Amino acid sequence: MIEKTVAELSAALRRKEISSVELARLFLERIDRYKDLNAFITVDAERTLAQAEASDERLARGANNPLTGIPLAQKDIFCADGWRTTCGSRILSNFVAPYNATTVDKFNQAGVVCLGKTNMDEFAMGSSNETSYYGVVKNPWNPALVPGGSSGGSAAAVAARLAPAATGTDTGGSIRQPAALCNLTGLKPSYGRVSRYGMIAFASSLDQGGLLTRTAEDAALLLNVMAGFDPRDSTSVDEPVPDYTQSLDQDIKGLRIGLPKEYFSQGLNPEVMKVIESAMAEFKKLGAQVVEVTLPNSQLAIPCYYVLAPAEASSNLSRFDGARYGLRAKDYTDLLDMYCKTRAEGFGAEVKRRIMIGTYALSAGYYDAYYLKAQKLRRLIAEDFRKAFEACDVIMGPTSPTTAFRIGEKSDDPVAMYLNDIYTVPTNLAGLPGLSIPAGFDSRDLPVGLQMIGKYFDEARLLNVAHRYQQVTDWHHRIPPGFDE
Amino acid sequence: MEWETVIGLEVHAQLLTKSKAFSGAATKYGAEPNTQACAVDIALPGVLPVFNREAARMAVRFGLAVGAQINHRSVFARKNYFYPDLPKGYQISQYELPIVTQGNITIEVDGVQKRIGITRAHLEEDAGKSLHEDFHGMTGIDLNRAGTPLLEIVSEPDMRSAKEAVAYLKKLHELVRYLEICDGNMQEGSFRCDANVSVRPKGENKLGTRAELKNINSFRFVEKAIELEVERQIDLIEGGGKVVQETRLYDSDQNITRSMRSKEEAMDYRYFPDPDLPPLVITEDFIRGVEKTLPELPDAKRARFMQVYGLNAYDAGVLTSSREMADYYEQVVRDSKTDPKIAANWITGELAAFLNRDNREIAASPVTVPMMSGLLRRLADNTISGKIAKEVFESMWNGEGDADAVIAKKGLQQITDTGAIEKVIEEIIAKNPKQLEQYRAGKQALFGYFVGQVMKVTQGKANPQQVNELLRKKLGA
Repeated sequence: MIEKTVAELSAALRRKEISSVELARLFLERIDRYKDLNAFITVDAERTLAQAEASDERLARGANNPLTGIPLAQKDIFCADGWRTTCGSRILSNFVAPYNATTVDKFNQAGVVCLGKTNMDEFAMGSSNETSYYGVVKNPWNPALVPGGSSGGSAAAVAARLAPAATGTDTGGSIRQPAALCNLTGLKPSYGRVSRYGMIAFASSLDQGGLLTRTAEDAALLLNVMAGFDPRDSTSVDEPVPDYTQSLDQDIKGLRIGLPKEYFSQGLNPEVMKVIESAMAEFKKLGAQVVEVTLPNSQLAIPCYYVLAPAEASSNLSRFDGARYGLRAKDYTDLLDMYCKTRAEGFGAEVKRRIMIGTYALSAGYYDAYYLKAQKLRRLIAEDFRKAFEACDVIMGPTSPTTAFRIGEKSDDPVAMYLNDIYTVPTNLAGLPGLSIPAGFDSRDLPVGLQMIGKYFDEARLLNVAHRYQQVTDWHHRIPPGFDE
Repeated sequence: MEWETVIGLEVHAQLLTKSKAFSGAATKYGAEPNTQACAVDIALPGVLPVFNREAARMAVRFGLAVGAQINHRSVFARKNYFYPDLPKGYQISQYELPIVTQGNITIEVDGVQKRIGITRAHLEEDAGKSLHEDFHGMTGIDLNRAGTPLLEIVSEPDMRSAKEAVAYLKKLHELVRYLEICDGNMQEGSFRCDANVSVRPKGENKLGTRAELKNINSFRFVEKAIELEVERQIDLIEGGGKVVQETRLYDSDQNITRSMRSKEEAMDYRYFPDPDLPPLVITEDFIRGVEKTLPELPDAKRARFMQVYGLNAYDAGVLTSSREMADYYEQVVRDSKTDPKIAANWITGELAAFLNRDNREIAASPVTVPMMSGLLRRLADNTISGKIAKEVFESMWNGEGDADAVIAKKGLQQITDTGAIEKVIEEIIAKNPKQLEQYRAGKQALFGYFVGQVMKVTQGKANPQQVNELLRKKLGA
């Protein structure tokens, strides 16, 4: 059962081979058995089973949504009514959300069952899930290694078969990079495709909610529910949602794949390079053509991102002040002292670092040189993609410069850590959809991810291309050693 | 040394939308604390703002009324600072690209008209309230007000005296009420004024350092506070000191202005465009649509009243000080079909006095338009005299019925029968031979005495003109 994809589980539930409650129990038991991975921050078996029971009733009455009864892990960044929602931080360690994020609402309406809240880098700031107040998450492929971040808990959970799928969020690569490091299919939709209402904000113009699954087909099924205009999110786009499963099997003969020459320059790990090359060979067999494209301002993406994201975060995190909810310092002498102590105690080092960087970038005298300049560069980066897409339909390349690295290896060097995002960050800056899929392994048997970047609202094409690839390869079926029950 | 005062005013007008600027919570004043603040207003993790376009409509109304430029594209910006009544830790406002720019208002002081520029008007959300009393060393935070839409109206530093400042404020106050975008209630805080005041030697072009005066919630206080501040600055400079740019609070009890922590001036708000909100786009069609709904504005109404009803500037001014009073007046003139000048006197006189005495708005006047019209008709057709009419008015005000009912009940009908009046006059003359003699001997002032006596006997109901005529005849001999 744990090997079944969401699509297969949906069929099994309908054929009454298993009930939603039984399925939930199965995964809850595994979550407990493998709690050493530290993939979850909150598990509430009672709540989960109550949801599963309700879904079983709906199934008995003939529910027509294919996702009714399917268990799903939710990244602890989504507010869920009645669930503790911590965002990986101490400052929200006692915060029980009084409302549902739109994403959670939509899944609830579809009859999806919440398996629990997954661990994450604090306030989504990180690429290794080492900044969480709730401890490091271990990569199921090798517990001495990081699973990637910030959706590390979601990635570890799905990779270890503790959940058939999980939600994540991606601001600079936080779905795609952990997907690559854990051998998963990770989708970051176009900006505005998925509602951000109830998704605790890190960087408002970059954040997007998405999915970590084992197959493109599963991502399509789940995206059908997740996507859509939300009047409560002013940045949500009123673009019709297609049935993403309908186009999965389309022929990709004649597909033009663009490979940015800047992504394949010196410094790219040769083992990663080899995997990408093999993948291109497969695509050519499927009838695609590979062309070289250029994204000239690529090297500006990281500095641009690391000015804009912290700037927005420095403002978004101001509400965590101990006044209305969350942690409040125990002893303080006056208002300023309360603010300072609460935030000093409540935030971890990486969050503090980014708040300071962001505040600086927005401050008088520096705004023009940093924030404003970064916004202009952002426009150039988006322009690069627009031009590149004149010559191709999908852009491909590595998701991560390296495979999973050791826990602690980069945590003392923030810049080294930030460089994990070089291939993923441009997509967020441009607002384009990005998908990472398993494409091979390195010499240490660690997964390597292939990234695909599409045009705006072209998720259907990305999923289609990924699905066709997954039909002729089996990287995505590999299970981390020891986790195949 | 001759000094010149330079004043600029910032007014925050709370807009009369039903719900808040960025959430659906209600904006009604006076609710129990924290009962009108939803998830978005209290800044729970994950919530997002959604703009209430009615606030934009009201801003456009204002812009059109002051001949301003309406920007088709304006941008919401975050103003970042920490305070418990500001739940998000930032206020959503507008900074570089406001919705309205370059307008003006004409004021009149001592008969001289002057145009005051309005630099800009922008949309922003209000903060909550901090209540320092009743909480024993702590502060209570009421977030009901958090998120209410404000229109911040900034004038050019065009005013040169406290009087001009007050005139501008009053004009602005009247305008926003006419436009029905703000109720102008200064006590409740829906119309707040800050004054930027500086002085410079007369003839000097450069502006002096300014101080910002806050906490002024009445027109009277505005005038006092500004005058005090000007005096303070002049004394300071003449004494060799320098004016410091700072915020000062007006203390009405002690009649002084006090400095707030001048650390305030070091505030860097780190403004940046709010990434949660797209730019506000206003189409030309939208603007034209709003334009069609504009009411007749105060100045135009005043001019029309003077022309059509033959009123003087003062009366026209009083009658048009609110749309409600102007409408009341026009309806009375139309219904009663009596002399508009007389109607004006009654409304600016008797009615206004009673409204003031009982602290009522004209909408809550017990003497309604039909009742007023009825009274004026009875005055015009000589059923009652002016003096009796005042008595009737008071009775109507006290709920004793309309004019006809009161006149009938109290038997107040004027006595116009010449014979009857003559009879009374003859009786009075007979009873007062001494005064008659004195009058005929030349003491003209006694005429009033006789009039008074006639009025006394007739309980004021004798028609005054006829009394005068007949008395002159009878006494004259």
